[in-house]
Amino acid sequence: MSGVRVAGTGLTPFGNVPERTSRDLFAEATQTAFDVSDVPRADVEAVFYGNFMGELAEHQGHQGPLMAEAAGVQAPATRYESACASSGMAIRDAVMRVRNGEHDVVLVGGAERMTNLGTAGATEALAIAADDLWEVRAGMTFPGAYALMAQAYFDEFGGSREDLANVAVKNHKNALTNEKAQYQKTISVEEALDAPTVSSPLGLYDSCPLSDGAAALILTSEEYADEHDLDAPVAITGTGQGGDRMALHDRDHLARSPAARDAGAEAYADAGVDASDVDLAEVHDCFTIAEVLAIEALDLAQIGEGISAARTGRTTADGDVPINLSGGLKAKGHPVGATGASQIAEVTKLLAGTHPNSEHVADATTGLAHNAGGTVASATVHVLEEVDP
Amino acid sequence: MSDPDENTVRDAGFDDWLDAAEDGEAYYLECPEGHTSLPPRRLCPECGSTDLTEQPLPDTGEIATFTVTHVPTPAFEDDAPYATAIVDFGPIRVTGQVVDHDPDEVETGQTVALEISRSETTDERVIGFTSV
Ligand SMILES: [Zn+2]
Repeated sequence: MSGVRVAGTGLTPFGNVPERTSRDLFAEATQTAFDVSDVPRADVEAVFYGNFMGELAEHQGHQGPLMAEAAGVQAPATRYESACASSGMAIRDAVMRVRNGEHDVVLVGGAERMTNLGTAGATEALAIAADDLWEVRAGMTFPGAYALMAQAYFDEFGGSREDLANVAVKNHKNALTNEKAQYQKTISVEEALDAPTVSSPLGLYDSCPLSDGAAALILTSEEYADEHDLDAPVAITGTGQGGDRMALHDRDHLARSPAARDAGAEAYADAGVDASDVDLAEVHDCFTIAEVLAIEALDLAQIGEGISAARTGRTTADGDVPINLSGGLKAKGHPVGATGASQIAEVTKLLAGTHPNSEHVADATTGLAHNAGGTVASATVHVLEEVDP
Repeated sequence: MSDPDENTVRDAGFDDWLDAAEDGEAYYLECPEGHTSLPPRRLCPECGSTDLTEQPLPDTGEIATFTVTHVPTPAFEDDAPYATAIVDFGPIRVTGQVVDHDPDEVETGQTVALEISRSETTDERVIGFTSV
């Protein structure tokens, strides 16, 4: 089907720059996206912006107009908040708006400033993605929530901390050539296992870092891309969204992510592909166990088998289905509101052959991006395909 | 029923539930279809029924999963490390802290009872579990 073209992408480096405002981060990402796209700012008809904790980190609400201004765009702007899936939601609405003919050119993206809060402050801010009354007040943290899922997974399907460490080792290795990544260094399974415990069974190396950063995308209709002879060889051909009960204890299964399954099923059907067509995926690995649950929900691994996928090499750079060739949230970093858009940027480059890791997926034509909020009470999945490969 | 901080605005429904739990009368909400939930609710989150009744929470439940948190939010700074568990009471699950155990001795499958405790950091009420 006719897709929505990715005409340009821009990322700031992800990392520890506590003094930089999110408006400055987003401005940088949009500058890059406009520069590479050859799309004039004046053609942008709407701005879709994802951010999670701006009220807490910068005492800033009403961020839509602020970010349009930062990008130098005179167009109506809306901010999307769905915890860590904030920009995934922004992308989904942008894609649907272009598809239905409402707009030909949109600016989409997100940003997050986190490290200025410090570890304790950021831990508190991230926790608000959970049910405040019934989870946070019982002492549940964000790592704690995923730890509860990891323990439930181990109890139901088996697996070990060593299996999870292999996910971290893989993603760190993938980030080695990613100059925007927060960590460009390899780690060993032993180092991961020896790291301090954050929330058992998860240790420091099972967890993504706190990150500042921004991501921006210029999306256009196929007609606009053709008319203006844009170099836009990748299209978003499928979009899906899933939802679930807010509190983890209200889910049928403590070690599964039905919202991601529903989002994936919808996106696959929308694009007219299935899981076996997926050549590579960027999935939401805020914690190592999250990658395991994601690939199972997306049918990229059988239920109960996702845990061993990194260890056996199935999801490594030269495996059957490389997962998180960018380094993932784990090594690339996770500036929450920017993550969903950054995944689309990475998949676009991987499919276009312009990513440092494209050599591992030279024949790839179909990619997937999975963005999840909280303990996956919300999720988006997007399918991207190379146009006329 | 006493609140240590008179300036704290209560959360209706939730604080009422904690009051009831402190009196040994914890409950869950059930609709005619058998869907269960925790307050405050005006209707069933599964089917929308407004016919919700309070059912007594079973006396004991089983730890369905747990974690020992070493890096807490500031509100639990002095409590860490502590064990958080999701306890399956049969018709409903509840999240809370295992308060009478060395965190390292908590295991999946342990039988526990609900007991409201206090945060060592803030003295706020916390849903707790004790072994039986
Ligand atoms: Zn019901």
